[in-house]
Amino acid sequence: MTDLLYSDVEEDLRASVRALLVDRSPAPRVLARVESDETYDAKLWRTLAVELGTGGLAIPTEYGGAGASFREAAVVCEELGRAVAPVPYLGSAVVATATLLAAGGTALLAELASGTRTAALAVPFATGPGAPSTTVAVTGGRLTGAVRGVADALPADVLLVPAGGGLYEVEARDAVREPVTSLDQTRQLCDIRLADVPGREIATGDGAAAAVSAGLTAGTALLAAEQVGLAEWCLQSTVEYMRTRYQFARPVGSFQAVKHRLADVWVGLTQARAVARYAAACLATGDPDTPVAVALAKAHCGPVAVSAAEECVQLHGGIGFTWEHPAHLYLKRAKADAIALGTADQHRAALARLVDLPGPLVEGEAA
Amino acid sequence: MPEPLDAAAVQARVADFLAAHDPATTDRLEFLRARFDAGLAWVHYPPGHGGLGAPLALQAGVDRAFAAAGAPSNDPRRIGIGLGMAAPTILRHGTATQRERFLRPLWTGEEVWCQLFSEPGAGSDLAALATRAVREDAGWRVTGQKVWTSGAQLARWAILVTRTDPDVPKHAGMTYFVCDMTAPGVEVRPLRQLTGDAEFNEVFLTDVWIPDEHRLGDVGDGWRVAQTTLMNERVSIGGGPLPREGGLIGVLARTWRERPELRTPGLHDTLLRLWVAAEAARLTGERLRQQLTAGQPGPEGSAAKLVFATLNQQISGLELELLGDEGLRHDDWGMRRESIVDFAGRSPTYRYLRAKGNSIEGGTSEILRNIIAERVLGLPPEPRSDKDIPWKDLPR
Repeated sequence: MTDLLYSDVEEDLRASVRALLVDRSPAPRVLARVESDETYDAKLWRTLAVELGTGGLAIPTEYGGAGASFREAAVVCEELGRAVAPVPYLGSAVVATATLLAAGGTALLAELASGTRTAALAVPFATGPGAPSTTVAVTGGRLTGAVRGVADALPADVLLVPAGGGLYEVEARDAVREPVTSLDQTRQLCDIRLADVPGREIATGDGAAAAVSAGLTAGTALLAAEQVGLAEWCLQSTVEYMRTRYQFARPVGSFQAVKHRLADVWVGLTQARAVARYAAACLATGDPDTPVAVALAKAHCGPVAVSAAEECVQLHGGIGFTWEHPAHLYLKRAKADAIALGTADQHRAALARLVDLPGPLVEGEAA
Repeated sequence: MPEPLDAAAVQARVADFLAAHDPATTDRLEFLRARFDAGLAWVHYPPGHGGLGAPLALQAGVDRAFAAAGAPSNDPRRIGIGLGMAAPTILRHGTATQRERFLRPLWTGEEVWCQLFSEPGAGSDLAALATRAVREDAGWRVTGQKVWTSGAQLARWAILVTRTDPDVPKHAGMTYFVCDMTAPGVEVRPLRQLTGDAEFNEVFLTDVWIPDEHRLGDVGDGWRVAQTTLMNERVSIGGGPLPREGGLIGVLARTWRERPELRTPGLHDTLLRLWVAAEAARLTGERLRQQLTAGQPGPEGSAAKLVFATLNQQISGLELELLGDEGLRHDDWGMRRESIVDFAGRSPTYRYLRAKGNSIEGGTSEILRNIIAERVLGLPPEPRSDKDIPWKDLPR
């Protein structure tokens, strides 16, 4: 059976990432940053990717990576979700990295491993692992087109652009990147415009499609891990508040109706952890059940994280509705994550195909 | 006691009034004052206070007749707290002098009102409030902090509940006042909410002097007076009559119809469930209005706000998932100071975020469920340890 636990190495990794985030990215600082012109925290990213070496966890040692796997990277994502940290880990160390690994590895991979550069896959953030449609054309090795709502591309040095049936590396400075006022303030999207810019083809045809799909699959699986960490923060902070907030001369958490709701969040979270671990483990070993595991994880963890964040706001009452309290950063991240890389609804539809549970017959269609 | 006026008699008065006051040529304020004095402001109020002692059900017809004649409006959205909460409380508990002084400029909109009830430590448990009023000569010195006050920056007056006796159980030691928002010691600070806007305020009261003639109701009777205010708040938050698809469901249904490429079978099922729930809520509201008109008020009013909050949250949440990539884009995080919630005019993300407040403001959904369970269903109340001990000894 697939190992659904955390290893000692993973727990050590978690502890060092968490210590860094507690120290360098507490909620008030995240809030101040997302209100500044530079919504991504470049210094924090450098420490995380280079000094802690998490940028290359999933990259083999032959490319200068740590030679671990997406299992370990998933632990980093849990901690980043817990802190709603504004760093491009998901986009660069997960999605772009998995895309490049599937495309056969390039010099860029070594730069991602060392943390000297970051990359982003230029597809709209709501695109799931199915085949994304291309909105960029290629003429004589030069790319022209636009991609809207891309995550983690604002701080990226290189864009991986699916275009004209191939996959291209484009220097980010050659593209126009327009920041988007984003629901998730801690992961600001941008619109990308390419006007006859040079691109280096790294995969073609089916290979390109497979590489993009591999990137989005890894992203989906590890987004589920992020949702687990996020939901856990929401539950813990709410439980803490329910212990200490008095109304009617008793802690609000002593009301049974409140207790039951938080117990339900906890139950959902225990399941979310299991399915997210399963998805990361499948990804790490190339298990043939990976497509099912990933769709299952996103279909389950998205709603769990949203409901944990919604309960967090509601049970904090007035203070949870303020700008000053961090609950809203988690609510915005949770709702955006539920849409990113495909909604639960889309992943349920994918499962219907994968596990042979087709929908009702449509008139004129054969059984 | 004379018979209350019927619809025809009230409409005749409207016609007479319009004949004597041409909306096209009469100054706006003059018109509104005259309408108040003619008893056509709120016809169910007593004569002399803007009404005719007529049934409340006739008001809608009066408003329609004035609107049809192009009469100036008192802009009820701008003065909602005055109309919906302060006025009924002043009418019921105020002295003749207070009613005389406050109701007319309240209704015409010359004086805006706000509500100083909630405190950081007294939200659902309003009766735990800590803002102190201490007797001094012919009045009171008031010190404390209030929160979630909409319109405080525009208000001339506030309805205010204070603690006057900390040595008795909490419900017994409260006193209700009218507070002059221009008095020294009143400080209004914007309170920013998760949408980025600051619809609300924190209000700090530091040694604010309130003359005793601005006390509403007896000393120590503030809780009972506040109940009048709160009952009226929930009625007004529940909303007025709507056509089918008149609420947020209409916004979602329009997007669904106009954007076939977004549709999926799973979302379709959820949409239809929400459409059914929204229509059921609309008809329940309609039935409740008919009951009230027929003089048979029912307990369904307690459910209206609860359902309104849940529906708004579910519909706006589904809208974002339907929109996908577009649902990840927000319109503006800037700190706007509007105190009117514009669900339809802002982005879908705003609707999703602002709707989160619907189950907190004006009585949380948890408190409303307690009210339904205990007051409507008659279930035994939660064991209470806070009713018989002095306020000052409450655990907090």
